[in-house]
Amino acid sequence: MKHMLTINDLQARIEEKEILKGINLDIKPGEIHAIMGPNGSGKSTLASVLAGRADYEVTGGSVQFNGKDLLELSPEDRAKEGLFLAFQYPVEIPGVSTTNFIKSAVNEKRKYQGLEALDAAQFLRTMKEKMKLVEIDQSLLSRSLNEGFSGGEKKRNEIFQMAMLDPKLAILDETDSGLDIDALRIVANGVNQLRTKDNAFLIVTHYQRLLDYIVPDFVHVLYNGRIVKSGTKELAFELEEKGYDFIKAEVNEATA
Amino acid sequence: MQEENDNILEQITSSEYKYGFVTDIEADEAPIGLSEETVKFISAKKNEPSWMLEYRLKAYRHWLTMQEPDWANVGYPKIDYQNIIYYSAPKQKVTLDSLDEIDPELRKTFEKLGISLDEQKRISGVAVDAVMDSVSVATTFKEELSKVGVIFCSMSDAVQEHPELIKKYLGSVVPATDNYFTALNSAVFSDGSFCFIPKGVRCPMELSTYFRINAANTGQFERTLIVAEEGSYVSYLEGCTAPMRDENQLHAAVVELIAMEKAEIKYSTVQNWYPGDKEGKGGIYNFVTKRGICAGPFAKISWTQVETGSSITWKYPSVILKGDNSIGEFYSVAVTNNFQQADTGTKMVHLGKNTKSRIVSKGISAGKSNNSYRGLVSVAKNASNARNFSQCDSLLLGDKCGAHTFPYIEVKNNTAQVEHEATTSKIGEDQIFYCNQRGIDTESAVALIINGFAKEVMNQLPMEFAVEAQKLLAISLEGSVG
Repeated sequence: MKHMLTINDLQARIEEKEILKGINLDIKPGEIHAIMGPNGSGKSTLASVLAGRADYEVTGGSVQFNGKDLLELSPEDRAKEGLFLAFQYPVEIPGVSTTNFIKSAVNEKRKYQGLEALDAAQFLRTMKEKMKLVEIDQSLLSRSLNEGFSGGEKKRNEIFQMAMLDPKLAILDETDSGLDIDALRIVANGVNQLRTKDNAFLIVTHYQRLLDYIVPDFVHVLYNGRIVKSGTKELAFELEEKGYDFIKAEVNEATA
Repeated sequence: MQEENDNILEQITSSEYKYGFVTDIEADEAPIGLSEETVKFISAKKNEPSWMLEYRLKAYRHWLTMQEPDWANVGYPKIDYQNIIYYSAPKQKVTLDSLDEIDPELRKTFEKLGISLDEQKRISGVAVDAVMDSVSVATTFKEELSKVGVIFCSMSDAVQEHPELIKKYLGSVVPATDNYFTALNSAVFSDGSFCFIPKGVRCPMELSTYFRINAANTGQFERTLIVAEEGSYVSYLEGCTAPMRDENQLHAAVVELIAMEKAEIKYSTVQNWYPGDKEGKGGIYNFVTKRGICAGPFAKISWTQVETGSSITWKYPSVILKGDNSIGEFYSVAVTNNFQQADTGTKMVHLGKNTKSRIVSKGISAGKSNNSYRGLVSVAKNASNARNFSQCDSLLLGDKCGAHTFPYIEVKNNTAQVEHEATTSKIGEDQIFYCNQRGIDTESAVALIINGFAKEVMNQLPMEFAVEAQKLLAISLEGSVG
């Protein structure tokens, strides 16, 4: 099957600090991959580098996304090519309603695809449909983007935007952090409903509990800037049981 | 990274001034410089009655005794008042029977500015008075307005046709002696607009004046006077542009508003005078005195301004709340860029009981510019239960610009409630990256963020102007949903 995302020996640093030291990863359409790892292992850096955050400098390796050199694309073109990042800390934009923000985003993408902008009625119709998926309330969407939203509301808003933008590859950066069990269920439910044979998910998480709700096809453990172990969902259970220490021990032993 | 971001911001904020063309028409000008002769020349050109000339000369003599103010947070080389042309009129036939007779070049100018002086305006329903350099060129919809008793004409016409009203109200809110620039304006003002809304009349359309400085070395000194009688309502719009010239041009206008009992005046400005080039060369010195009085109980005056142009702006639209229960409002967005300097704000003077004022000021600074809010809220001894709420927010783009806030509060009555809130923020890289990640490029992201920041003020603008103002702020994405 055709690859959607191919990461080959990706290295990146922030200022002088090496964070990613050679990542290799293949994602095919229809797959869900989970990236797990202890704090500081480089999980969020990987998400940020893929989305094109400028604080990080790519020092080596390559990333192919649907046949294109991802690293050559601007962050907005990556988005318009179908890469979506659900932020760990979604930003607030005062005075810009969530609805208007999403409408801008949707129409930018349509323009890129050579499609006409959605008119108000079409947009509202799509919105109503997707709102059900993530159980998000209309009143939240007329408020300024993320301003005064609770942690759970922000995360649900991320998933709602994902639903509206219908990405090929969605990266969820610790979307589970700070969520209570109900919010976690809603977020996971949204992801499960959006899953098709043509799209893929890369779920970055510290804990196994999100994976109770979103069942990954593959689990990768990131440690010290490298993927040190890959497996199926059973690996996540093992991590949950034993903690990250056994991974650290294994790695240290191998490098000793 | 920071550098890259700054570059992008710089590109966005340094787009070219679009109204910088010069119209090639012959002008009838006063000799350069200022003297009693100049004042007499202007008055004679306008065929003014002797009381008007006396008013001017008195103002001129007073001006000679005054010093140019230097307290504003702006800096500029000394102005040579003898090197300015105080009167410049496009040469055209002495009287016009209809708008069709206007010089075609002049018509083209206004069309370039997006102001059609004829039928197109009928559709948009805005009556326009267009002032080029020193004289009013055309006023539209005069007849239709006169049916309901509304007078809307050039100041020159008003002096001739409604001398009793002009004598009564001109200088009644802003005396000639008020400050250096009002004295200068009172001596040499050449034209402007006059509106009179009779008792109980709700003006059926937006009134609008478009000011344009064209000739070189010319100062524009216009005078606007709006009188709203008891229970009447008017919404007035003012727009301004100028050609790009290397030298600085002076604009010293005076605007006076009078709202009687239960009358309401809404005054909106989109100021887009030439701001000077990227090196700070040229541009308009915009030294303007705008003041309104709520003369009777339950009167209301709202100032809304979007200030994007001028190399220097010195402007404090104010409201004197004399009538009990009267209301004053000031909504402002001031954008400065490159080397622009703005020192702007308002004065709310509470004299009557139960008077209320609201100030919302949004300053956006970019480039190497400086943007200051200066405001005074004063509550007099007898103004019991006066209330004021002020909010001053500043947004910085890049790290070479400045935002300053100078709020003055003087309260002499202990039942007053005065609130002041101020914030300063920067457009964050995080905000821009978030937008980028949703497919919105940096230019559009900045426009979106600025639009959100200024929204509260933009919402105050009449529809006709809101669009232009949004474009001016490089904003295009605020759609019809939400």
